[in-house]
Amino acid sequence: MFVLVVGGGKVGYYLTKELIESGHEVVLMEKDRERASQIADELGSIVVPHDGCEGKYLGEAGCSRADIVAAVTGDDEDNLVICQMANHHFDVPRTIARVNNPKNESLFRHMGVDEIISPTRMILGSIEQDIPVHELLHLGALADDLEIIEAHLQPDSPAVGRAPADLAIPDGCSLFAVVRNGIATPLRPDTVLAEGDKVIAIGRADCERLLHEQLIGTPMEDEAS
Amino acid sequence: MKVVIVGCGRVGAALAEAFDGLGHNVTIIDTSTRAFDRLSDSFSGEAIRGDGTDEDVLRRAGAEDADVFVALTEGDNRNIMATQVAMENLGAKQAIAKINDPVRAAAYAELGIATVCRTTMLTDALLGFLGLKPTGMPSVIAPVPHVHEEGAPMLGASPLSRAAGRSPAEG
Repeated sequence: MFVLVVGGGKVGYYLTKELIESGHEVVLMEKDRERASQIADELGSIVVPHDGCEGKYLGEAGCSRADIVAAVTGDDEDNLVICQMANHHFDVPRTIARVNNPKNESLFRHMGVDEIISPTRMILGSIEQDIPVHELLHLGALADDLEIIEAHLQPDSPAVGRAPADLAIPDGCSLFAVVRNGIATPLRPDTVLAEGDKVIAIGRADCERLLHEQLIGTPMEDEAS
Repeated sequence: MKVVIVGCGRVGAALAEAFDGLGHNVTIIDTSTRAFDRLSDSFSGEAIRGDGTDEDVLRRAGAEDADVFVALTEGDNRNIMATQVAMENLGAKQAIAKINDPVRAAAYAELGIATVCRTTMLTDALLGFLGLKPTGMPSVIAPVPHVHEEGAPMLGASPLSRAAGRSPAEG
């Protein structure tokens, strides 16, 4: 397989190295001459020291016979143009682009880039998995150190299936409304809380820990430890 | 007319002022606020600092309602991407990108973007001034009408041949 890699940064360098080791034919384009010669010293004469966005140099690097073009520079606009030139101008069957701004993913896809790799999205996804989704949410602050707080009830919440009166709501705090399926209703003594409910409470900031135990279940994580 | 210009260099600033002077609603974007020093005090349009390839910035500049969108930064690819975001994601009516690489300029005209190429423009102007035969390469290329069919190759005359074959109207 002949792979044309454009962009000799960390990603491009290691990608090229791995591809060579697994026996593929690779050409790497890197416009910075110093960086290009540095890589060439290490990996051999497979480096084209020119701008891979320029049609002329793409052609000289053998783009028209490439099976895959991988655009892995640090700039989204360059990666998009490289893939589009490869696809439309050189008839390359498969293009891969690195995308840094997740908002650009749909544009890249729409513009015909075959494969989109978004490091930002990957890291974001990994972080979001670590953030509990069932934390208390601060909706606003009122005078006298009072806060409006929303608790999103998960299946494992101790409040599910119980009425507000059955909960040990701390002093100085009151539950006053529940949002269920997008409809807000006042909490009544006979309201039975259900999974997915959003319970709105007003309370002093120091009630938060107890409220968390009653509505979320797990002890609240300390901010600094 | 609503006009959005990306890049407040000499050309961007001059164009913005020209549109502004004609009474159009102009917004100009640049990554550097110092670039806006090029605009005269009489400029009554809006100047926004931001990355012209960022969809959020373009939205803030009103590219969704733009009748004319022009990308004139020093980066060919930035101009290409800005016009593509403006047209494909935001629905700008007409978009023009300055592309100084003649190969890319012609290729993108085939992909539906109007392009302006300073390289061919200056080359021909200089050749003409010196009494030599110009290359005849078009410096402003209208986009080939966009026929969007999945998997179908881009057919139709290339902008080069269309420009060359253009003849006076017959009737």
